[in-house]
Parts: sequence; C-alpha cells; structure tokens
Amino acid sequence: MRGFGYGAAASVRQALTQGGDGTSYLAGGTTLVDLMKLEVMTPAHVVDINSLPLRGIQCTPAGLRIGALERMADVAVHHEVASRWSMVATALRLSASPQLRNMASIGGNLLQRTRCDYFRDVRMPCNKRKPGSGCPAVNGANRTHAVLGTSASCVATHASDLAVALVALDASIRLQDRHGQRVVRLADFYRLPGDTPAVENQLRPGELITEVIVPACDWPQAYVKVRDRTSYEFALASAAVAVDVHRGVVRDARIAVGGVGTRPWRLPATEEALRGKPATEESYLEAAKLAVVGAKPLGDNAFKLPLVQRTIARALAGAR
Amino acid sequence: MAGSVSRRGFLGGAAAASVAGTVAWAPGRAWADPVPPARIRLSVNGKPYELDADPGVTLLDALRERIGLTGTKKGCDRGQCGACTVHVDGRRVVSCLTLAITCVGKNVTTIEGIADGDALHPVQQAFVDCDGFQCGFCTSGQIMSAVEVVSDRSVHTDDDIREAMSGNICRCGAYSNIVDAVKQARGEK
Repeated sequence: MRGFGYGAAASVRQALTQGGDGTSYLAGGTTLVDLMKLEVMTPAHVVDINSLPLRGIQCTPAGLRIGALERMADVAVHHEVASRWSMVATALRLSASPQLRNMASIGGNLLQRTRCDYFRDVRMPCNKRKPGSGCPAVNGANRTHAVLGTSASCVATHASDLAVALVALDASIRLQDRHGQRVVRLADFYRLPGDTPAVENQLRPGELITEVIVPACDWPQAYVKVRDRTSYEFALASAAVAVDVHRGVVRDARIAVGGVGTRPWRLPATEEALRGKPATEESYLEAAKLAVVGAKPLGDNAFKLPLVQRTIARALAGAR
Repeated sequence: MAGSVSRRGFLGGAAAASVAGTVAWAPGRAWADPVPPARIRLSVNGKPYELDADPGVTLLDALRERIGLTGTKKGCDRGQCGACTVHVDGRRVVSCLTLAITCVGKNVTTIEGIADGDALHPVQQAFVDCDGFQCGFCTSGQIMSAVEVVSDRSVHTDDDIREAMSGNICRCGAYSNIVDAVKQARGEK
C-alpha cells in the first residue's frame, strides 16, 4: 500500500472541505482498503467520514430514505425495508459476506468498483484504471464480464446487487459538494464505458453521496441472483423485479438486471411487452427475450444470454 | 526448558534479521514520501494499547505484528476468506480491510478475549466437542463469526447457519462439523 495522509472529518462541511482530487472518502473500507492494498487506488489523502451524521432509515408512505453511511447489514434486516422493499433487502442479504455487510456502507456499495481481474491487477493493461492502455478482457478471460452496454474499450461488469434493485425501483441519490446539493436518478448516475471507461459515474471530485431516496412500491417484488456458488459470490446474472398483477394479467412491471451489464441495467422494452399479458411463465420468458436485444456476448460468456432471460422469468414468477 | 526456541520466536527473529539487512519496510509504509506515523490508541479485549503506526496499517497487522495477539490469522489479506474475523464494537468484521486508525475509541475483541479465564467460551467448547476444525488456521475467524451467529434470531435452519457462516472459508472442509458446533452453542444439540 502506498503511504497516504489520514484525517477524520467531524462534519459534512469539514469532509467536503478536505475532499477533492487525490482524496478518497473512507466509509466501510471494503472497496477502498482492498484496492489500496492492490495499488489500484492510490489516494494521497484519505478522509474518514464515519462520524458524519449520514445515518437513518426512514420509511414513510411516500418512500424510503437511507442515510449513505447506514451499513448493508442493518438495512437488510430492517423490518419495514424487508416488508415494503423486499427486493432491496434481498439484494443486500445476497451480497458479499456477513462480515463485509457489517462493514460496508450503502453509499460505498453504490460506488464499488468492478471485479474485473484485469482492473484489479496493476500489472495488466486496463482502460478503466489506466486510460489508453487497452482492454485484455475483450479477447481474454471474460466469462464473468458484461454482455450489455459494453464498448471496445471496456467490458467490465457492474458489481453491485443493491444498485440493480434501486434502479428497478427508480431510486435517486442525493449528492453534496462544497457548492450545494443535487438529486440524481441512480439510473442516470452510472455512465456507459464508451471511450472513457475510467469515468464511471457523475460523481464530481470531492462530492459525497449523502442519502438514497427510494419511491414507495407496493407491488410484489423479487431479487433473484444466480452465481457460481450459493453464497458469498458475485452475480453471473441477477434480476430485480416488481410486478403488478391483477386477475392473472400483468398491469405493469419494473425490471432491472445485474451481472450482465456495464451498469445496472433497466429493461423498459421487457416491461412494456409484459403489460396486458397473462401472468404466466410463457409470457415472462417471451418478454425476457427483449432483455438481450443488442447484447454482445464475448468468447466465454454467451451463456449469460439465456441465463439472464431465465433469471428474469424466475424472478417474475417468484415475486411476493 | 533452557535454550529452547519457540517456533514463533524463531520465525519472528528471522524476519527481523532479514529486514535489518535490506530496506526497512512495513505493511502500510510508503516507499516514497513517507507519512509520519500516527499515535493510535486501541482497546483490545478490554485492555488499552498504544502504538505509533502509519495510517495504512490494518487492524490485523496491528493486532498480530504490533500488539502480539497472533490468534487472529492472516489468510487472504483481501477480505475474502474470513480468517482474520474479529469484533469491533460487538460486530464481526474482517480486520484485514479495517484500518487500525479507524478503531480508535472502539472496543476490539479477538479470539484471545472471549474465554472467561480458563473456561472456554461456549462456542470455543462447541468447536472442540464437535471437532469443528482440522488444520485450525481458519478456526479463530470461524469462532468469532459463530459467536455472532449463535445470537442471531434470524438463523433457524442448517442452511441458515451455512449462509451465516459463509464469510469464513475452511479449505480443510470442516464445514459439517462447524454447523454442528454452531448448533451445540445455540443449545440445539
């Protein structure tokens, strides 16, 4: 690990004063400390923000607000979150390990970096880590990589389960920097890699995520995650769904998928195709075909195309 | 025994000798532009400790290399194996991804701190009774995880126990006996 200066901020204002280029905010540390050890991230300064009052889980008829420093484990077991936003609780419960969920913050989860092995290995080229150096994954070991939203520069999968559920629910995040606050839809926050995969989201230097804002959703929901082992593993494919079924007919649906995209991937065409269709596995599988229109399988990950369709269908059938 | 050298003492001495002859390096130490070490006060198993360390020193390295509590093990050092699991303010965390400096003012509990004198903690006793280990390298972390799991009211079935213990990898494959040990410690056996 490279040397760095450390400071603990006592207030949001103080943190924002210390933030900026070359500085990383430290919350749970499960991404930052890991990537600093690997020297993938080499901040000159680290500002510990764990004392900031960015806490609280508030459930109202209008929706849910989660302070950015709430821990994954606490949100996952929150009674009202589990009952009213079950896909959020399930996505959290199926993430990482119990120890990491005790540590990792909600804001940090949304900013976690890809698990692409080339990104994590500083001996390898990587356009995300070192712009212009190349992408060995395009023709390399790419079984776990993305099939949606990829470019010639980057095929890295977005790793968060929580973000998939939040994008399905039309959630937003509140951001704050020295100049003020803004609220951004999470779906718009994440950027496609294009020619600049190092720019992953709209976050400005020194800006903090302060809270997550989730609208109410009283439709049955599910989060289904398919992975190489039952526990403690990233998704090969996942689906977050909320589906409104009346008298056996789908009135509306919200669907996002993970493990397959360079960002959490909302599926408006699949949602539209489901409206008015019978709530059967047959129509779920038919609509799920639209999920992979435009998908670009790589050498080792074509299996994700049928897998994600079946994952969507299983989630729709299992929504409670 | 006079003149005897413990394995740990021998290895520690060898490491110190090799460092003296080369470039001084410690985990978290910068090789360019060194940052002055910080005074870090930790409370571990109810006892106060004070060390001067770079902010990059992990809780794991502080415990093992600076404080001398080597019961906590370094497996992957990347937050993936759980061998380094300790409790910070009563919650299990991986100490390899926890910076020691962030634990100032918190209570750290390690495997050395859960027995009551010579009486093993019920989870320790259960691991002995159920043969919940083979080589033993992951055991400290397994036990520290299990201490949290035995009081988790959302854990009911064997599958729940396996899921709740999934952050601790055992390459010997003692998993079935570990599940038995958790059940015994929960009073189910």
